[in-house]
Amino acid sequence: MTENPNLWLIPVLPLAGAAINGVFGRELPKKAITAIALGFCGAAFLLALKIALGFSASEAPYSFELAPWIRAGSFQADFSFYLDQLSLVMLLVVTGVGFLIHIYSVGYMADDHGYYRFLSYLNLFMFFMLTLVLAKNYLLMFIGWEGVGLASYLLIGFWFTKDSAAAAGKKAFIVNRIGDFGFLIALFLMIQHFGSLDFTRVFAAVQPLQPEIAGTGLLTSIGLLLMVGAAGKSAQIPLYVWLPDAMEGPTPVSALIHAATMVTAGVYMVARSHVIFERAPGALTVVAVIGTLTALFAATIGIAQTDIKKVLAYSTVSQLGYMFMACGVAAFSSGIFHLMTHAFFKGLLFLAAGSVIHGVGGEQDMRKMGGLRTFMPWTFGTMGIATLAIAGIPPLAGFWSKDEILGRAYQANPLYWLIGIVTAFITSFYMFRLMYMTFGGDYRGAPVGGTHGHDDHGHEHGHGWPHESPWVMLGPLVVLAILSVVGGFVGIGGGFEHFMAPVFQTAPGSELAEGAGGEAANKGLEYLLMGVSATIAFAGWFFAYLFYSRRLELPARIAASLGGLYRAVANKYYVDELYGSLFVKPLVEGSTAILWKGIDQGVIDATVNNAADEARHVSDNVRHMQSGNLRSYAGWVAAGGAVVIAYMVWIGVR
Amino acid sequence: MTIPLSCYLILSGILFICGVLGFLIKRNIITIFMSIELMLNGVNLSFVAFAAQWHALSGQMFVFFVMVVAAAEAAVGLAIIIAVYRTRETLNVDQVNLLKL
Amino acid sequence: MHLILFLFFGGICVAGAVNLLVQRHPINSALSLVVVMASLAGEYLLLGAEFVAAIQVIVYAGAIMVLFIFTIMLLNAGEEERSKGSRVAILLGVPGVAIGSVLVAWTLLRHSNTPWVPMFALPGDPRVIARLLFRDFLLPFEVTSVLILIAIMGAVVLASKPESAARPSTAEPAPREIRELVASGKER
Repeated sequence: MTENPNLWLIPVLPLAGAAINGVFGRELPKKAITAIALGFCGAAFLLALKIALGFSASEAPYSFELAPWIRAGSFQADFSFYLDQLSLVMLLVVTGVGFLIHIYSVGYMADDHGYYRFLSYLNLFMFFMLTLVLAKNYLLMFIGWEGVGLASYLLIGFWFTKDSAAAAGKKAFIVNRIGDFGFLIALFLMIQHFGSLDFTRVFAAVQPLQPEIAGTGLLTSIGLLLMVGAAGKSAQIPLYVWLPDAMEGPTPVSALIHAATMVTAGVYMVARSHVIFERAPGALTVVAVIGTLTALFAATIGIAQTDIKKVLAYSTVSQLGYMFMACGVAAFSSGIFHLMTHAFFKGLLFLAAGSVIHGVGGEQDMRKMGGLRTFMPWTFGTMGIATLAIAGIPPLAGFWSKDEILGRAYQANPLYWLIGIVTAFITSFYMFRLMYMTFGGDYRGAPVGGTHGHDDHGHEHGHGWPHESPWVMLGPLVVLAILSVVGGFVGIGGGFEHFMAPVFQTAPGSELAEGAGGEAANKGLEYLLMGVSATIAFAGWFFAYLFYSRRLELPARIAASLGGLYRAVANKYYVDELYGSLFVKPLVEGSTAILWKGIDQGVIDATVNNAADEARHVSDNVRHMQSGNLRSYAGWVAAGGAVVIAYMVWIGVR
Repeated sequence: MTIPLSCYLILSGILFICGVLGFLIKRNIITIFMSIELMLNGVNLSFVAFAAQWHALSGQMFVFFVMVVAAAEAAVGLAIIIAVYRTRETLNVDQVNLLKL
Repeated sequence: MHLILFLFFGGICVAGAVNLLVQRHPINSALSLVVVMASLAGEYLLLGAEFVAAIQVIVYAGAIMVLFIFTIMLLNAGEEERSKGSRVAILLGVPGVAIGSVLVAWTLLRHSNTPWVPMFALPGDPRVIARLLFRDFLLPFEVTSVLILIAIMGAVVLASKPESAARPSTAEPAPREIRELVASGKER
């Protein structure tokens, strides 16, 4: 399209929906709320589709300035929107998966008292996320960045009367904030050295700079600080601790925010800033190391979890680690490819888990599930497809994207590949463990219907068995399952990479160049690695089958024999406790002792109170001057007169 | 036959101080009042002394007016004292303390 | 000569003033005050202010002090009792007078080139005074006469008997609060 694509409409439409639902939702009937929320979100999706169909690589990137914003001396930042291949992919993922999850929520949250609030928050989240993705300068992106953090807080703590939910919301926001601090400093450095935050201006300024091979410099600092922000938002080491706790929120929230879109904002930001990272090898290495370690670390924790959502949460952290690993070896398009496929199958996994939880009446412990495949066949089927995808079983989507990452990682450093392969094995293992524990064997849980759903739901089930979910929830599952199957085919033969090439073709030298070097030289190696990946995936499946379907006594025996190690893994390596004692407790106690009791009470309150006390004391003492006693009055008069006379004598004598 | 002016002024000062002290020390209202008259007399003396120094007769005029005012004041003040005596039945100034807090 | 006469009258003056402080009965204090005024009249004569001396004796000593004495006799004021306060007062007062006087004297003698005043310096005869009084100081003169009128009226009003006391038996007794106040004042 040659004319103005009106990019600004895409974020603003969900904002309008959020505003209407938020302000008037309490009085509107449920159908109206649903119509408004789905309508605006759907309109955004349709607009995104229209733009995608009319997208032409030769005219990209599109730029659209909505309004001027900040003009402060030589610094300028505007409400400008930007569309290139990278934003287009993100746009489609966000609006598409977001719309599906909106539909799903209509069914999932149907009985909740805060129905209108939930849909309003979801729309608000869409607005911020789309702003983040479509922004043309870092400042507008930061608004979206902070805004999705806010939406995440609101949605995690949606059932705010529950203490754990409110605390989880706080934790997410605060840990995110730590990352945002790093992001802000990076922005300040950019303003100071490049004079602008606009993408085109910054990247044009960075383009001619030499890569900083010899250690640290400006670009390395900026890159590291950006990574701090990304680590907070995308739950990497050491700022991942909020994501498992975020499972307190309703399952659609976990699907949308903590699987498909918000946590991928960090990856998007790193990919967007690839110009900077390519010239700062030190920072890139840090990114890759963090990503790899996180992938392995989270996967090991996922093995021992018993809550179905927690397994998926750690799985998300682990897959995000893969994406950062990809970015860290300068395979940015591979990272985005995995982001896209991950949105499909992880979103599907969460939605299906929500369907399972809905069906068993709120139970989330997998040990109390089992045998659900007969009760919930559609959920079983779609979740199975998603599990195959995430495990990397060919030819589903996850296989293509994960294999591309592993291939590029091997070219950069075989150690990354090795850790990645081990993580893939563990991923496959725990995902199939989840499947067998949830759907295999016989139903081990309590009769459904005695307890009324999960948290705020007031479901009335006449029978005592788990049941399938309504079609409004199953529809999105099916769509996402189809996408999980076919979504990876765009990447075959480097198709996705070629599509994204115009965005990422700004590498400085030949060593970190995308595409050209590895592909042509080592086709054989590539097929070998693909074979290894597939084998490892099947191996993981086999072991899961062995442990959780065939010989069910093995897991307990191994856990008992490992003893302390197993306990450490099951307790998430006690990281939360470590942070608590290292940071939280000293901070809280320090604040209480110094800031509250010392300064607020001791200095500020004391000043005010003491001023009042002193005034009272002074007036208490001065009061004696008015005694009603005539002679004391006479005494005061005489004293005053004596003072005046003495003064006059003194003046006269001088 | 001249004496320094300061002699008269010293005498005036002594009278004034005695008046102040009587005003502060004495407990009988009438005595306090008389101390006030003593102070006025001391001041009169100093007026006349300065009039003598400067040969300005207006000093004597001042004395005249002071005396008139002192007379008026004495009349009214004693009337007040009589009124107070009627209600409080005492001439002790410490007991005229209904305005005490 | 001037000095001797000055010291003579001055000594009587100071003695009378101190006696006023020392005496316990107000009538004694009043009489000492009369002595003070008389000696002051003598001082005025030394300076040549005859008119002032005359009206000092006539008005001050003869009228005002007589008024005081009448009041003292009317109200039958008794001796002041010795109390703790009065002892303290005497303890502080006598040195106070002494110190104060010494200070005043010291200041005056040290720091001034005091002119010397001859005896009979002033032309104090009535003709001169009258010329001043009824020409230059006419307005203050008239104002003071109004002042005296006001004082007379005030004194009459203030000192007159209140109506309730004029009808002792048939009158209403004083309101309860006033009676209570009077009673409480008495018992203190």
